Amino acid sequence: MRIALTRSSAAGLGLRWLWITPIVLLAALIAGTAIGETPIPVDTILKVLANQLLGADYAVDRIDAGIIWNYRLSRAVVAACCGTSLALAGVVLQALLRNPLADPYLMGISAGASTGAVAVAVAGLGAGALSLSLGAFVGALLAFGIVVMLAHAANSGVGGGRGVQAAGAIILAGIAGSQLFNALTAFIITKSASAEQARGIMFWLMGNLSGVRWADVTLAVPAALFGLLVCLWHRRSLDAFTFGADSAASMGIAVRPVRGMLIISMALVTAVMVSIVGAIGFVGLVIPHAMRFIVGSQHTRLVPATALAGAVFLIGSDILSRILVSGQVLPIGVITSLIGAPAFALILVRGKRH
Amino acid sequence: MQLSAEQLTWAVHGTPLLVDVNLTVASGQTFGLVGPNGSGKTSLLRLLAGLNKPKAGQVLIGNQPLHTLKQRAIAQSIALVEQQAETTDRITVREVVALGRTPFLSALQPWSDQNEAIVTQALLDVDMQHMANRLWHTLSGGERQRVHIGRALAQQPKVLLLDEPTNHLDIRHQLSILKLVKQLPITVIISLHDLNHAMECDHIGVMDGGRLVDAGPPKGVLTAFRLRQTFGVYADIFTDPVDNSQVMRFRSAL
Ligand SMILES: Nc1ncnc2c1ncn2[C@@H]1O[C@H](COP(=O)(O)OP(=O)(O)OP(=O)(O)O)[C@@H](O)[C@H]1O
Ligand SMILES: [Mg+2]
Repeated sequence: MRIALTRSSAAGLGLRWLWITPIVLLAALIAGTAIGETPIPVDTILKVLANQLLGADYAVDRIDAGIIWNYRLSRAVVAACCGTSLALAGVVLQALLRNPLADPYLMGISAGASTGAVAVAVAGLGAGALSLSLGAFVGALLAFGIVVMLAHAANSGVGGGRGVQAAGAIILAGIAGSQLFNALTAFIITKSASAEQARGIMFWLMGNLSGVRWADVTLAVPAALFGLLVCLWHRRSLDAFTFGADSAASMGIAVRPVRGMLIISMALVTAVMVSIVGAIGFVGLVIPHAMRFIVGSQHTRLVPATALAGAVFLIGSDILSRILVSGQVLPIGVITSLIGAPAFALILVRGKRH
Repeated sequence: MQLSAEQLTWAVHGTPLLVDVNLTVASGQTFGLVGPNGSGKTSLLRLLAGLNKPKAGQVLIGNQPLHTLKQRAIAQSIALVEQQAETTDRITVREVVALGRTPFLSALQPWSDQNEAIVTQALLDVDMQHMANRLWHTLSGGERQRVHIGRALAQQPKVLLLDEPTNHLDIRHQLSILKLVKQLPITVIISLHDLNHAMECDHIGVMDGGRLVDAGPPKGVLTAFRLRQTFGVYADIFTDPVDNSQVMRFRSAL
């Protein structure tokens, strides 16, 4: 028994389970479309899909078809993309920075996005020509840029080039940058926002899939796929960071370019997601840890598992956010944290026992 | 493969940590690096492994200057076992050793049977095959050390750099690792604190205050004078009647 506990359950786990990922994803998407205030039978959904995608000609209620295609399906797809991207960004940052608390927003992205959104919505930056999303996207990248510069400056100060110091510098710069942008957001809100506007912004920041349409899908899907491909391509580099950046370098990883490329890719993907749906918390922190417990730390398994789990988790959270309180949609960030926090606690407790 | 350092200098914040180190380790030789704490052994090994760029001078592998090679190319020839390298990841012994194959794998290459065989052999070499599926955090310090060495062996290096690899090992595994290292047909540079173990190396280099103060065959280097001068101990040196080897007996600190 003792031996069973000290051995990894993941060691014998090959990659044969991978074939279930598309099936699970599809099932989750259909569930996300079927479940809601007006439940829709699965066969109706399949008919609408056949009509839209395969050019079939099934007779379906026009209103149902509209709800399915224009509202729920696009929403479920964006939720899936967002969950995948945030969870993968978490995997990458935790692996590279060797810090279990790293999450996609570590690099000032959510703080910058909210500043950008507030600047557009409240302070009227861009005089109506800029959308909230674009403002958020620009704000996120701006904050990320500042954090990177800060980290770079802090790091070139210490010398020696040891990976530990670099990771520490990035984390500290992220905290400083986030605080700066949060203060800016607070400043703009107190300076010029009405209570109603502030509430709207708060709601948006907690994560909101209500406004999602197909136009967002065409942005979210390529971004999520890009993130997934980058992670899969670099799965062995990520493994090589197991014992830190120096050890990775001694195993042939060009640490600076690889780490820079991975962090920038993840920051871009996260910024896209935040600009579409706001800053949904906890996915990027909890899902990677949960998956490490199930499939182990090897990224060949961890990356696909995390991508799937992130997608399913966010689709599920979105369903809950719509049906939990009838007649009202809760911010999805509330749900992810409500589920995420206890789940995280459970993982920690179970981890202790191991 | 021959590894050499030419007028190697390294400094942090203007503080020189390595000064004008010249060193040549012939192909297949086992070179012992000794010196008191903080004398620069780890710093030198990091430069030799290409982890830090020298401030002046260069490292040559064969006839190639190290700085002209990509990190991946370096890792295909040189493996390093760090003095300390830890992880909190849930990773098995076998997976750690498999990391050693990283420099030879590309993104599209699947894991092959040949890689599997190399990893198995490395596990056998460091006597860890019976723990292959154990998780890292369940291992003792010495077991972790052996896994790290196994990982470096899986890299199939032409030059192996070991930073105090015998640190946590029990006496049996200290001797077996030293024997394994000596038997390897590759160039090995190994930093050691146990001077009697260092006597087993083909050549010894003594670091002191960032300088390589002496290098050569063990008997000529580890003299009573050197032990007093660099290590700050009074020692007597005997000849073991069993095999005529030299044995040091340390009497007291200066
Ligand atoms: N990045 C750094 N910044 C500042 N000082 C450093 C740095 N790295 C090493 N040093 C200093 O350089 C000197 C040599 O360190 P090094 O780690 O090479 O010693 P060592 O011979 O390996 O010692 P030990 O036997 O304790 O392992 C030490 O005085 C150390 O404090
Ligand atoms: Mg050292």
